[in-house]
Amino acid sequence: MNISTLKPSPTQVWQIAQSHFRTLRADTPFQPRIDAAAKTNEWYNWSGYRAPHSLWDEELEYFAIRSQAALFDISPMTKYRIEGPEAEAFCNRLTLRDVTRLKPGRVHYTAWCDDQGFVLDDGTLFRLSPDRFRLCCQGRHLPWLLDSAIGFTVRIGEETEQVAGLALQGPTSFAVLRDAGFAGIERLKPFDLADFAHESGAVTISRTGFTGDLGYELFVERELALPLWDRLMVAGQLHGIRPIGYAALDRARIEAGLIVANADFTAAQQAVRADRQRLPYEIGLGFMVDADKGHFNGRRAILDARAGKKLRYVLVGLEIEGNIPAEHAIVYHKKNREVGLVSAAIWAPTAKKSVAIASLRRPFGDLILDDLWVEIYAMRELRYERVMKRARIVPRPFIRLERRSATPPADF
Amino acid sequence: MTSSDRTVWDAIVIGGGHNGLICATLLAKGRRNVLLLEANAEMGGAARTEEFFPGFRDSTAHVLNRLHPEVVKALDLEELGLDLLRGASGSTFAPSVVLSKDGAPLTLHGAYGETLTGASAAEQAAWKDLRVQLLRYAGVLKPFLSRRPPEFGSRSPGGLAALGQAALAMKRLGREDMRDFLRVLLMNVHDLLDEQLSDDRLKGLLAFDAVLGSHLGPRSPTSLLGLYYRLAGEIGGAPGAQVVPKGGMGAVIATIRAAAEHAGVALCTGASVAKIVVESGRAVGLALASGEEIHADTIVSAVNPTTTLLTLVGAPLLDTGLVRKVKNIRMKGDVAKLNLALDGVPDFPGVAAQDLHGRLVIAPSPDHVERAFNPAKYGEFSPEPVMEITLPSLTDPSLAPQDGCILSANVQYAPYALKEGWETGKPKFLAAIMAQLEAHAPGIGRLARHAELLTPADIEVRYLMPGGHWHHGELQADQMLFSRPVSGWSGYDTPIERLYLAGAGSHPGGGISGLPGLNAARRILAARAER
Ligand SMILES: Cc1cc2nc3c(=O)[nH]c(=O)nc-3n(C[C@H](O)[C@H](O)[C@H](O)COP(=O)(O)OP(=O)(O)OC[C@H]3O[C@@H](n4cnc5c(N)ncnc54)[C@H](O)[C@@H]3O)c2cc1C
Repeated sequence: MNISTLKPSPTQVWQIAQSHFRTLRADTPFQPRIDAAAKTNEWYNWSGYRAPHSLWDEELEYFAIRSQAALFDISPMTKYRIEGPEAEAFCNRLTLRDVTRLKPGRVHYTAWCDDQGFVLDDGTLFRLSPDRFRLCCQGRHLPWLLDSAIGFTVRIGEETEQVAGLALQGPTSFAVLRDAGFAGIERLKPFDLADFAHESGAVTISRTGFTGDLGYELFVERELALPLWDRLMVAGQLHGIRPIGYAALDRARIEAGLIVANADFTAAQQAVRADRQRLPYEIGLGFMVDADKGHFNGRRAILDARAGKKLRYVLVGLEIEGNIPAEHAIVYHKKNREVGLVSAAIWAPTAKKSVAIASLRRPFGDLILDDLWVEIYAMRELRYERVMKRARIVPRPFIRLERRSATPPADF
Repeated sequence: MTSSDRTVWDAIVIGGGHNGLICATLLAKGRRNVLLLEANAEMGGAARTEEFFPGFRDSTAHVLNRLHPEVVKALDLEELGLDLLRGASGSTFAPSVVLSKDGAPLTLHGAYGETLTGASAAEQAAWKDLRVQLLRYAGVLKPFLSRRPPEFGSRSPGGLAALGQAALAMKRLGREDMRDFLRVLLMNVHDLLDEQLSDDRLKGLLAFDAVLGSHLGPRSPTSLLGLYYRLAGEIGGAPGAQVVPKGGMGAVIATIRAAAEHAGVALCTGASVAKIVVESGRAVGLALASGEEIHADTIVSAVNPTTTLLTLVGAPLLDTGLVRKVKNIRMKGDVAKLNLALDGVPDFPGVAAQDLHGRLVIAPSPDHVERAFNPAKYGEFSPEPVMEITLPSLTDPSLAPQDGCILSANVQYAPYALKEGWETGKPKFLAAIMAQLEAHAPGIGRLARHAELLTPADIEVRYLMPGGHWHHGELQADQMLFSRPVSGWSGYDTPIERLYLAGAGSHPGGGISGLPGLNAARRILAARAER
């Protein structure tokens, strides 16, 4: 029993360090096209990348998602490649959901936790083949992934820079892809993925997205990125394709009731204050927890908390009377008892309602559902108008679009 | 215990070191149906006695100085024949002799120097004061170092009791002493000795005892804690006392083994556990290297915590944060073992014949110990190593042939991961040790018929002690108490339900004390009662 044999198995790393931090605001592979489309010049920092907040008109960009086809650069999303004979077992140990039930050619939304069961991040797991996966998320987790891989025969590497990504979302997105020549695209059901020929290589297209609408995500080696953009823009010309920025996407995702790490919950490793960390059941991800699948990180803590009724918060969708977005409003019970906070809110243009995502302190939102109010401070020409609006807990998503899941999708 | 045997055990204890034996015995005395599995052909772990040359036998752990009185009592060891008070030739405790190359030795008699010979009158007086102080302060720490570690945020009666006892002991010190206790607690032993003593030999011995078994030099911060740990031990009710047990360490193990048999523990040697079987987060049994599976309600691992968690359970079944902590447990040993088969009793000039039954220490000054440590920081062995020597065959003639003699030495510093590798390093290190011995016992080289040197790498293989580490994990402030073996899992429980730790890697630590085994057994019996 040599100490070195205690050092667990051959986890190999392709690339430990990414060079992203050397550039303050790195460009994505699509930057020449984005820059050309950027009329408003509103930028924000997405994981170190210069990403557009809006490109030409935030409002119309949103409607491109809902009535045309919107093209959004998701290259800054963190991407990990996970390969090897025990890649499935590793992913199963890392994440909450049962990966043995994720078939090759499928994608699922999942999350992973630290030892205390607090959520480190959520993301999408792509099963590219029986023993190849891609994990996409907001934060960076390579050390965590590598340490979680001890004892597994698996190779893990970050491929954020090497792989470019695009989201193509909206009712005409299918027609765009078909006209771009991706034969067979009509067969993709929601959460399916497949490889399609592109130039000298291939593009991986999945029927996924962050909008609650019909839509696709495309991943391609960075060298083939610009031709892919051009191919879509040309094919999409008659289908109303438009590049968009994050603000429009954010509206769509709130309408779809989807949460964002470090916006709707604080990722465990980011939280400075101990009470800001959240268990999956506290942010609406309890459905992912699979107690029967074997060990996964945080299992014991999560099941203990669940059994001991130690869940402190609950994440809910709210429908709020009136039309003023209740962003970051405090939620009250009976107008006087503070019970939670709104993390995201908009006037939802498609739902035509004021909607919000909020975290409430149990039993509010869990056992006590009535008589909830939000306190909105609306700045009106240098004076706050404070209004109390009634809020009703409603299921998420706030909109349900037939076209999101119809297969084959409707033509335009 | 064949596969057709359908017995389901209440508990299986892995590892027949003294802690495993003690834990198993107490569980059996608590009416559990207990099986103990030991990989080796002999019980006893690093305390077992083995032949290293035809007719010559020795054990790696050779001095008994901390077998806890509660263990002695709970296992009825005295009734079973353990006779701690009668060491060699009817005398009581073994003396410690600090050898000197060119002058008279200095000798601590009784329980850690109740009397001191070979030093000036002034030094004797200074030692008397310091000894009282050291034992008082060690006494404050004693409850911490015997009960299960206090837990943060828990109201467990055991943990609170330990805290309460320590608080009481501190109060009893009085205000001045309490201040001083807190002042010196995390000091290095070198500075403290310089404050109070002047004889280099005496300081050398204390410095050696403070760092023996750890990767520290006397000038390393917190090195004084090691001396407190040593002095928190007692023998026959006398704090600080030591014996070279009659019949050798093997006799101690034989008595503990007899207690286990007496209590009805099923003992099985040559049974190497390869895997702990876990289902839905709970330990349900184990698999032997032979492939055989055995089931049990509770599994107790009295082997190394890293081995237990990373090898027997396996990282895939543990949370990542815990795996990180376990991987970071420092356990690279620095102590080598020398077993010498001699043709006669060596001559240590100036040492009285009856003192040869005691412990002979080569540590001429604290600076010498510190200089011996320096190369170990960089992966090299000490060119002039420090060591403690016993001649066990003087206490138990059966260990050597007639006219033969055994010299047993714990030698420091021999870094586990020697930069040049032990294959070429070992002969060089042996030569350095023999040169040291020759300088203190002229002619010993000619008496030596056979020398067996076990480096930490050899100890790792022979005793299945990762890193060859004395304590199964460094015993320093950051790896003690509620941080032993790792923070968050310090009280013998593990994140695997019904899997417990009971070896030296758990609180309070190593040495032949039996405390990890005793505390673990109490914890397991209490947990069972809660179910
Ligand atoms: C060189 C050296 C000298 C020492 N000298 C002294 C001394 O003089 N006085 C003193 O008090 N202390 C001394 N110690 C410390 C003391 O030996 C240890 O702290 C003590 O042995 C720890 O006891 P334990 O029962 O916890 O573990 P161990 O003694 O290590 O016993 C563990 C047992 O588990 C068995 N085992 C391991 N893995 C498996 C498996 N997979 N399946 C089945 N069985 C397994 C091993 O074979 C071993 O028998 C010394 C240590 C060293 C390294």
